[in-house]
Parts: sequence; C-alpha cells; structure tokens
Amino acid sequence: MDVVFKKPHALTDAPLHYCPGCTHGIVHRLVAEVLDELGVEGKAVGVASVGCSVMSYNYFGCDMVQAPHGRAQAVATGLRRALPDGVIFTYQGDGDLAAIGTAETVHAATRGENITVIFINNAIYGMTGGQMAPTSLPNQITQTTPYGRDVNSAGFPVRVCEMLSTLDGVALAQRVTVDSVKNVKIAKAAIKKAFQNQIEGKGYSIVEVLSTCPTNWGLSPVDALQWLRDNMIPYYPLGVYKDADKRDNMKGDKE
Amino acid sequence: MAKIIVDENVCKGCALCVNTCPKKIIALSKSKINAKGYHPAELTDENACIGCAFCATMCPDTAITVYK
Amino acid sequence: MADKVLMKGNEALAEAAIQAGCHHFFGYPITPQTELAAYMAKRMPKIGGTYLQAESEIAAINMVLGASAAGVRAMTSSSSPGISLKGEGISYMAGSDLPALIINVQRGGPGLGGIQPSQADYWQATKALGHGDFQVLVFAPSTVQEMVDLVQGAFDMADKYRMPAMILADGMLGQMMEPVVLPEKSEKEPIAKPWASCGHKGEREHNIVNSLYLTPNALENLVKERYERYETIKKNEQMAEEYLTEDAELILVAYGASSRVAKGAVNKAREKGLKVGLIRPITLWPFPTDAIKRAASHAKALLTVEMSMGQMVDDVKLACEQKLPVHFYGRTGGIIPTPKEILAEIERLMA
Repeated sequence: MDVVFKKPHALTDAPLHYCPGCTHGIVHRLVAEVLDELGVEGKAVGVASVGCSVMSYNYFGCDMVQAPHGRAQAVATGLRRALPDGVIFTYQGDGDLAAIGTAETVHAATRGENITVIFINNAIYGMTGGQMAPTSLPNQITQTTPYGRDVNSAGFPVRVCEMLSTLDGVALAQRVTVDSVKNVKIAKAAIKKAFQNQIEGKGYSIVEVLSTCPTNWGLSPVDALQWLRDNMIPYYPLGVYKDADKRDNMKGDKE
Repeated sequence: MAKIIVDENVCKGCALCVNTCPKKIIALSKSKINAKGYHPAELTDENACIGCAFCATMCPDTAITVYK
Repeated sequence: MADKVLMKGNEALAEAAIQAGCHHFFGYPITPQTELAAYMAKRMPKIGGTYLQAESEIAAINMVLGASAAGVRAMTSSSSPGISLKGEGISYMAGSDLPALIINVQRGGPGLGGIQPSQADYWQATKALGHGDFQVLVFAPSTVQEMVDLVQGAFDMADKYRMPAMILADGMLGQMMEPVVLPEKSEKEPIAKPWASCGHKGEREHNIVNSLYLTPNALENLVKERYERYETIKKNEQMAEEYLTEDAELILVAYGASSRVAKGAVNKAREKGLKVGLIRPITLWPFPTDAIKRAASHAKALLTVEMSMGQMVDDVKLACEQKLPVHFYGRTGGIIPTPKEILAEIERLMA
C-alpha cells in the first residue's frame, strides 16, 4: 500500500496547541501543503500574529517572525522589501487583522504589497477567552457582549474581503471555509493561488477562511461547523470578491 | 485495500473524522485514553476503508496517515 | 581627504546612514525631521534601496522590525510624538534581539507640544521606550559632523549587541546647516546574522524571530542574558567629551544642542577667570558615569543644563553618588537657553 495522505514537510512535528476541533489546524496544514507543492518552504518567511495563532511560528517549517498585535502586514512589508526573492506570508486572526491591525491591512492591500495573507475569521477572540471580535455577528453572545452583540452600541461586523476588493492593489480577495471536504479543497486552491500570485509578482492576495472556535462558542467541534454554516456563511458569503486576472479579462485591457 | 493510521498521541478526539467518514467506520475509542486525556479516533472496520482520505482532510491535527 | 559640504543635520544624517549600508528606510511625516525622510525618498530609488512612507509611525517601526528580522540594516526617523507611537515596535525589537537605528529629532511636549527644539524625551529614550526590562543604545550628537560620525558606529553597535540604537537629536541640530565631511562608503564586511529569518533554503533548521516566552524561567533567563550584554556595554561603550574639566570647580553637564550653548557659557566664564568646565555625554545610554565620577572627585559642584524640566540631572546625581551638589538649569517648551542665561547661573552658583 502506498501513502496517499500524510503530514506535509512544511509542517513541523510540534503538536498543535489548539483546542480539539479548532479549524486552525486544517488551515495550517493547507498552507504547509501549498508551500510543499510550490517548493518554496526554503524561500518562505511567515509572520505569526498575536492571538491563538501566535505560536504558528513553531508549526510552520519555514523561517518565521512573530509580529506585534495587528502589525503582521507591516512586518511582512519590511520582510518583502528586504527579501525580493522571498515568499512572504502572514497568518492572522480577525481581531489582529480587522480590529487593531485594520490600518496595516488596508494599506498593505492598497500598496499592492506582494504578500500572501491568510486570514482566519472565527467571529471571536479565542486566545483571550472569547470576547467580541470585529467580525462577531449581530446578536452573537460573547464574553463582552453577554446579551448579544447590540449593533446600536457595538456596531456592525467588518466584511474584510468586500472592503478590500475595492482597492486597486489587491490581486485576490477570496472567502472560503473548511467545514467539509469539498470546501477544504476549494480553500486549498485559493491559498495556492494566493501564493502563486505572489510568486508571479501580481500583488496582494488575501484568503479569508471562515473558521470555528468550538471552545469559545460553547459547541462541540461538529456542532460548531454547523453553526458556521447556519450563521456565518449567510453573513459572510463565500466566493471570490476580487481576482485581478479576471477583472483585466473583463475589461479587455490585457488583450 | 486501504487503511488509516491515527497517531493516537496527537489525536484530540474532536470527532471531525468520525463525522466526515462516508463509510461510518471511524469512532472514538471507548477503551483508550491518550497522554493528553482524549479518546483517540480509531478504525472500526479495517476491511471497509476505501482510502478516500476525507478523515485526514478534516483532521485539524494531521493525526491521520492514509494508505491505499 | 574628502571635501566639506554644507548640509542640514537631517540630510547629513540620512546620507551617513546610506553610507553605513542602510538601504531600507521606513518613515512617516512629522516636523522637524521631515528633511531626513525627503532626502531618503530622493536617494533610495537611485541606489536600489527602499524608501517607504508608511500609514503610521506604528506601521513604520514594524516594517523596520520585519526588514531587520530578515537581516538587513533598517532605520526609521521621527520626532517626539511619533517616537511614542514607535514604542511598541521598539519593545518588540528589544525582546526579539533585533538591531535597528531609530532617529528622534526631538520637539517640545507633552502631547502635540510644539515643533521647536527640545530635550524632553531623555527619560523616554534612556529609561522607558516601551514596556518591559530593556535598554536601547542612545547617542546624542551636538554638531552636524557628529550626527554623521555617530551613525556608522550606531549601526555597528546595534548589530554587535543585537539591540536597537537611537540617535537622540533635536529640532535645532536637525534643521541647522554646517559644513560636514561625509564618510566614505563603509568597506567593513557586515557582521554575519545567522539568526535572521531570510529563508532557510533547506540548509538549516527554521529560524524564529520572537519575543514571546510563556515559561517565566525562560523569559527571566533571556532577560538576564540581555542584561549581561548591557553590563558589557556600560563597561566598554561610554562616550563623553570632557572640556576644561581638569582644574574646574564647577562642571557643567549638557548634551546635544544645550551642550553647544553650555560650551559658550563655559568659555565666557573662563574669560572672567572662573574655573568652569563641561562634560558632554555623547552616549546617553550607556550614561558616561565614569566621566561624571572623575569630575566628582575634584570639582566642587555640578550644573546640569537641559532643554527640559530636568531629566538627565537624575543620572548625573546617581553617577556622582551625591558626593557634591548637583544643580540644574533648564528651559523647556521649545526654548533654547542663551549663553548669557547660563553664565548668569554659573556666576550665581560661584558667588
């Protein structure tokens, strides 16, 4: 018998610290598989953000830098400019990317910074114990919205892909999820494209992955995936929000 | 012929593999508890595995190796 | 012998950094350091380097962090309110043992303060640039030539000791023009950086540039190791100019712009037959404790002159171990004291 599925090389042997059923692990594996398939682990430098994924520096086999909270894309910009041949990516959660790091995100995107951004949206702050995130849904109960997120006071969630898709510097903005085998395959294809874009010098690519936080949502891992389907996907529709290749084709200006 | 091998010490018993297996032949062990205190997933019918790797695809801890 | 050229302090500093091999500059506009960034914007594209105007001071310092983590020489420049914003990134760089050069062309504070020269960021630079136990190297030039001369050494020391370095200038030094001899392009082989996250090429274990240590013992051990480095620096790297101190009864202590005025006052006092000297700290951290101690062994009193309400004066008192009176004279809010004012203070104290 042949091995048809095994741990990718770009994932280290360090056991993941994530809670049981947390989809961070799936996305980690997809990124590592893509690094393997593109043969770029040795050129890659990843930026770990603050939050649950901070210790991703132990899990990715490529060189890693840990950034201050929200600053991952500024750090990635510095790496990008210093290493013209490097493959630079960030791995960030929703609090990091869409609250404290909004300015860094928007400006890296509008500069068309040639980096790959993996954005985990699980609608909650995981590491600090389940507070409201910028992407928490209206009426979602969290530690800091115990009566549900009141949009009159706490405002509305941020739809990152939609927002960034208006910027000229963005090559790819795509929202995916990992709730099923089919969607994991779509997610992997998106992540691969986001890295390929960078290698081909196309500019900023972001893949938003709708993810679960079973622990802080108070659900079993299986039920959490169902909650994601029932509540998150309707508010955050899956799909490609910007693909520079296709836009150019539509405009016909590359003919 | 196909089979899966679950790294019992890495498995956290989240059951995403149990839920996704099209043949319904993965279950959390009733008898084993690993070093982390979880009941690891195990194959209940070795002859029925088709090597589709759905379980491994959904495993957050890359605890499953698939052979075919 | 290289020719002298007339340059603004900010521009001379920028050129010196380029000559020292720094090809990555990340900044954000703020008065009175603007000429430095503008000069970089002009020069960097010509040499294949990076000039990037960031979206904020916070982003700029974190871009420096990223570039430094990749192993290249990187710098940013700002002025007081912007340095406060950079504090976060500087703390992370100190915690990750990353070298970099940070320029603070100080202006009046607190808050938005003013845009005139000030020295009110001494405490910030030497005691608390951010959270946690750490120091950065702090250099205080007093002429445009010295701004140039300190840059190469600042980069070299930052690399050697793996820590951020700061040049603490002020609006007066940044804006004034003086003749300056620019350094030759550094021929020194850059120090190896085996710790850099620049892609392992499958040839080594992956490098991790990180400041997170969740085990208290591991964090304590790391901080202690860093403090051993600091002790070496304190022993070997103090810099100060001692001017007419040998027979002086009253010794002024001043750095940067205020030291220029203080030197003028010392000269005037000497003309009047008063035995007055000057110690001019060039490194503020490490503080030139040895020079102050030497002064304390024979002078009758010290007079610290600053463009602040009195910050460095604390370090002067600590250095002389209260063996003699330490007086203070300062102006703040963007006002540069005149030699006449300082002379009057000297005469009052020596009367």
